Amino acid sequence: MSLLRLDNVSRNFGSLKAVQQLSFEMPQGELRAVIGPNGAGKTTFFNLITGFVRCTAGEVWFDDENISAVPIANRVRRGIVRTFQITDVFPDLSVFENIRTGVEIAAGVASRPWVSRATRAALDRRVDELIDIVGLDAKADRVVSELAHGDQRVVEVALALSMNPRLLMLDEPTAGMGDTETDRMVDLVRRLHTEQGLSILFIEHDMNIVFNIAQRITVLDQGQKIAEGTPTEIAANERVRTAYLGEPE
Amino acid sequence: MRRVALLIAFWVVLLAAPWWLPLVGGYTALGSKILIYGLAAMGLNLVLGYTGGLSFGQAAYFGLGAYGAGMTLKYLVPSTPLAILVGTLVGGAAATLVGPLLMRRRGIYFAMITIAIGQLFYFVAVRWNVATGGEDGLAGFERQPLHFGTHTVSLHETTAYYYLVLACFTAAVALMWWLLKSPLGHTWVAIRESQRRAQFLGLKTDRYVWASFAIAGFVTALAGALNALLFNFTSPEDLHWILSGNFVIMVVLGGMRNFWGPLLGATLFIVAQDYLSSVTDNWMTCIGLLFIMIVLLFPKGLLGMVARRARAA
Repeated sequence: MSLLRLDNVSRNFGSLKAVQQLSFEMPQGELRAVIGPNGAGKTTFFNLITGFVRCTAGEVWFDDENISAVPIANRVRRGIVRTFQITDVFPDLSVFENIRTGVEIAAGVASRPWVSRATRAALDRRVDELIDIVGLDAKADRVVSELAHGDQRVVEVALALSMNPRLLMLDEPTAGMGDTETDRMVDLVRRLHTEQGLSILFIEHDMNIVFNIAQRITVLDQGQKIAEGTPTEIAANERVRTAYLGEPE
Repeated sequence: MRRVALLIAFWVVLLAAPWWLPLVGGYTALGSKILIYGLAAMGLNLVLGYTGGLSFGQAAYFGLGAYGAGMTLKYLVPSTPLAILVGTLVGGAAATLVGPLLMRRRGIYFAMITIAIGQLFYFVAVRWNVATGGEDGLAGFERQPLHFGTHTVSLHETTAYYYLVLACFTAAVALMWWLLKSPLGHTWVAIRESQRRAQFLGLKTDRYVWASFAIAGFVTALAGALNALLFNFTSPEDLHWILSGNFVIMVVLGGMRNFWGPLLGATLFIVAQDYLSSVTDNWMTCIGLLFIMIVLLFPKGLLGMVARRARAA
């Protein structure tokens, strides 16, 4: 059974066909990469899944439920959680406070003007647990805007994790990172997949990373899916090479 | 522990204000006024500093609170607690009704709508001569004694009234403190920090902005009601956008990321107004200069600066 399915999805922005008749399927527990040259429609693809933009045609299914008309917030509640290409965290708050926000939302207490001492303790424990998973223990009380770029991105991943995602979507998780930071992020993504058993869908430009950790790869070009398969299959695919390297004249 | 001690010390200082204020050239009514404007500014700060909504029309709810209290005393019942209650409810209810009109807006649009709605109430007060006294303001009411069973407390003396103001102030401030420590308060701050991130964490941010605006409305209205009873008078100026602007100035002066900042800002503003306006008609120029200096030198406001120092140390 597939976790996520797109049936013949299209999205136009005026005359621009950002995504055309795209069909896509991803089973539970997979680590899937989405690649493609600039303007391939990767970001629109993500936006269609999270509900930030609606389909012009076609349907989005999650957990065997048609979610095409479901608003962002309700998709998040179903477990579709994303990070952004440009880091989006709560900059003036500490690491702990950032993640606490997510934990409180996930626990359904975000609108409560009061929680019991026991609930408070349980929430704080969950925050500590998440900070531990992503390895930011030593920086828990630091204000996020004062952290290094790589750490800020890790905070964003932790924030996404706090929502107990069933599908974690990462938009270029290593963008703008140095080598050490990249290695750490790659390791984190891999651990989340193996240790936490998370289904992860990520966009990435760095082909080393993609071929290194993805179980399957989906290739987009000009709004269409041109290839899909294991890293070995993709590496051998003619159309993919053409899309990346240009037409062999 | 140190925090609690400081808080108790601060409260004792407030409690003793009627004794020490005259020694430094002040008077008790000035103390009441500072607490009232401080409360209004702290209420505004729930929206402005903690939720990130640029409410530039907060005077509307201050004024509605004032008129609500004054008209209750004048036309309905001679009861101080009821007058304060009605004023608070009228202003708070107005903010609650207005909320949906602006909860989806951000930045300048939010500001424009709050100003426009504020002016709407102002013109109602000016035009509705028969009930509000129009431009001349609403007079002809007086705060009434409090009755506790057989015991009666006169509020005629400014000192007695100061303690009523202090009690209301303390209750409202405690409520705000408690709210900001709760998950609801955490959510407000998250929305201020990044509305998009909050939405992608599954929050319907509109509702939270609405709640923040409504609660701020109730707090400001309470301040307005107390103010009407302090002077036994209110006028359309209490609804005017100039007062809204002054509230924003108080918040920014003291520091809008700081819980107590707006109280400090209000203190500076009211004291400056009181002393300087007896010296020169152009006292606003001095406030303006002070404002510019603080915005340039301490962008986080006076208390924001102090808090930063304390954290760095």
